[in-house]
Amino acid sequence: MTINRRDFLCRAAAGTAAVSATAVLAPAPAEARGNLPIPEQAVGLLYDSTLCIGCKACMSACKEANQLGLEDNVGEKLWDTPLELSGKTYTVIKIYQHGTMAEKDKAENGFAHLKRQCLHCADPSCVSACPVNAMTKDGPLGIVEYDKDACIGCRYCVAACPFGVPQFQYDTPTPEIAKCQLCKHLLAEGRIPACAQSCPTGATLFGSYPALSAEIDRRKAMAPGAAATFPRRTVDSGDVHEKAAPQYVEHVYGQSEVGGTQVRYLSGVPFDKLGLPTGLPERSYSSVSETLQHTLYGYLAAPAVVLGGLVVAALRGARDHHDEE
Amino acid sequence: METTYKIPSEVVAAKVDHRPRPLGGPWITPVTTVLAILAVIGLYFILKRFIFGLGAVANINNGFPWGIWIAWDVVIGTGLACGGYVMALMTYILNRGEYHPLVRPALTASLFGYSLGGLSVLVDLGRWWNFWHILSPAYFHPDSVMFEVAMCIAIYIMVMWIEFTPAFLEKWGMRDAKAKLNKAMPYFIALGVLLPTMHQSSLGSLLVVYGYQIHGLWQTVMLPLLFLTSAIGFGFAMVIFEAAWASAGFKRDIRPELPMLAKIGKILMGVMAAYLILRLGDLIVGGRIGLVFTSGFLSLMFLIEMALFAVPLVILSKPANRKRLSKLFIAACSMIAAGALYRIDAFLVAYQTGPGWNYFPSVPEIMVTVGLVAIEILAYIVFVRFFPVLPGHSSAPVR
Repeated sequence: MTINRRDFLCRAAAGTAAVSATAVLAPAPAEARGNLPIPEQAVGLLYDSTLCIGCKACMSACKEANQLGLEDNVGEKLWDTPLELSGKTYTVIKIYQHGTMAEKDKAENGFAHLKRQCLHCADPSCVSACPVNAMTKDGPLGIVEYDKDACIGCRYCVAACPFGVPQFQYDTPTPEIAKCQLCKHLLAEGRIPACAQSCPTGATLFGSYPALSAEIDRRKAMAPGAAATFPRRTVDSGDVHEKAAPQYVEHVYGQSEVGGTQVRYLSGVPFDKLGLPTGLPERSYSSVSETLQHTLYGYLAAPAVVLGGLVVAALRGARDHHDEE
Repeated sequence: METTYKIPSEVVAAKVDHRPRPLGGPWITPVTTVLAILAVIGLYFILKRFIFGLGAVANINNGFPWGIWIAWDVVIGTGLACGGYVMALMTYILNRGEYHPLVRPALTASLFGYSLGGLSVLVDLGRWWNFWHILSPAYFHPDSVMFEVAMCIAIYIMVMWIEFTPAFLEKWGMRDAKAKLNKAMPYFIALGVLLPTMHQSSLGSLLVVYGYQIHGLWQTVMLPLLFLTSAIGFGFAMVIFEAAWASAGFKRDIRPELPMLAKIGKILMGVMAAYLILRLGDLIVGGRIGLVFTSGFLSLMFLIEMALFAVPLVILSKPANRKRLSKLFIAACSMIAAGALYRIDAFLVAYQTGPGWNYFPSVPEIMVTVGLVAIEILAYIVFVRFFPVLPGHSSAPVR
């Protein structure tokens, strides 16, 4: 059979246009998905950098509660010395240092602490990324949970997390993803996460999302320098200590970042200095990605239409050629 | 090139028997021996990885959890294996029967490219024994881009083996079975065009959820369309590339195929133009074009990419160049380099994962990739010698 070039180009152009139009335009706006909200019964942590004394009791308690191995990064083999989150470390206290380090919670010639751990996003990238539902946020408490029995070890969650939280174990033939799951096994027993339980100053505080929101508002309303009280372990534990109210920076980290997180931060120094990624958009990356996916593949509508066209074309082609074979 | 291949610039399209035939010839040659040695070295490190874990062989880390086993073997490897996709699209969907002789060689290369990409994933998966979860409805997560990519690639590999089955049936003289299979073939061909369209674009979509971690010159919701366009470019370029190598390596006369390759060159030119318009247009519309000049090393990488994409466009815009295998070959190589660099940049170079992290593949890690590629080429050689793959006009002596 013969086709002249114009005929071919027309067919090619029409085919390409049809395929791309179906693929791009299909059921577009109806499928757009916004950020997922914070679950109604969500729990979380409030980490107040100004209260943290850097004692690392939380790190030690976390290792014990989650049966994690020790790390030696300084060659002394005397105690656990993780420098960052790792396959054996769900949480780590880091320090910001500047100049003479004379004053705590000051950016200039000061220092401040930061607790690294999973932020338990309202709309987590790791959950959206996981191909086999090993990362989930299905429970009423909104904890981002990991199921090693489902996991295939592709590490897409490690790459996707905007906070660099999930950690893969590269040193074993049977690796898992390591990340904080808010001590869900302790919560099931009516206890609270080990880090909050062990914190001597209430720098890490456990509570329901609304209770922590109220506590954040209370602290932000304090006059800097005035006498104030701070609860330990949980907002309503009744176990409080007194301390002069600090000067907080305006921003509450986790309030809006990628759609909000259930672990939130208060600090006396700007968050970029503490090493947290700043300037994150309010729209979650998962919602952007999933809107794109749903637009292209929602109900497999567009692929089905394209496949139908391809089958018709292939059948016509087979008819035209069958005498050649 | 021309002197080696003795390709005349004017090509006489003679009546030639294009039906595929096995090449025959020796199994053990210097080339196959070297490939076998490389394969064994690769397999040694793969064994080491399964005994001691990924860290014992690869330099990947929690800042760069994906190294060359994903970025090269899968993301670029399957791109390079798009020859079968584009030739099936041309021949069976756009009904250009004249390309028929190029389909089976392209399909063979695609088959091995994708199969090896799949194997590489198995090597790379930390919990590989759970791999079947991707195909088990109990674990499906359709919102995940990775799910879509993995599913599509797994099914596509199966479809390609089915598309290739007629070559086996011919070899074993099973005419009835072949006739029956050919009746169903249009459906598999349609799937074989749909699936790469989906997963090649989704390879780009994989990066959308990374958000700010991918530099603005690469991060865009246009990623799926850009990856699809580069996949189509890869496909046409690889058809030219493989035809040139198959003719040189097996000392086949390529002249009967040259008019087809010239037309493919013209299409490749169009694809390159489309890519450049999409890429630059997206940067201008999105207001990110300024990044081209302000991103230091990444600006340089971007400009190298643009230059490599532009070279085929310039070369192939001259009709005379499209009739010369040497020029077609250079244009194809430039496209392949451009596409590979684009994908490496997007997945590794433009991936800003936070301070303190860096990644460069270790020697054992590279040897695994080299070993897998060696296995792929070896299998291709064995296949074309044993099964009817390449057009049969090779029986004519090379002048």
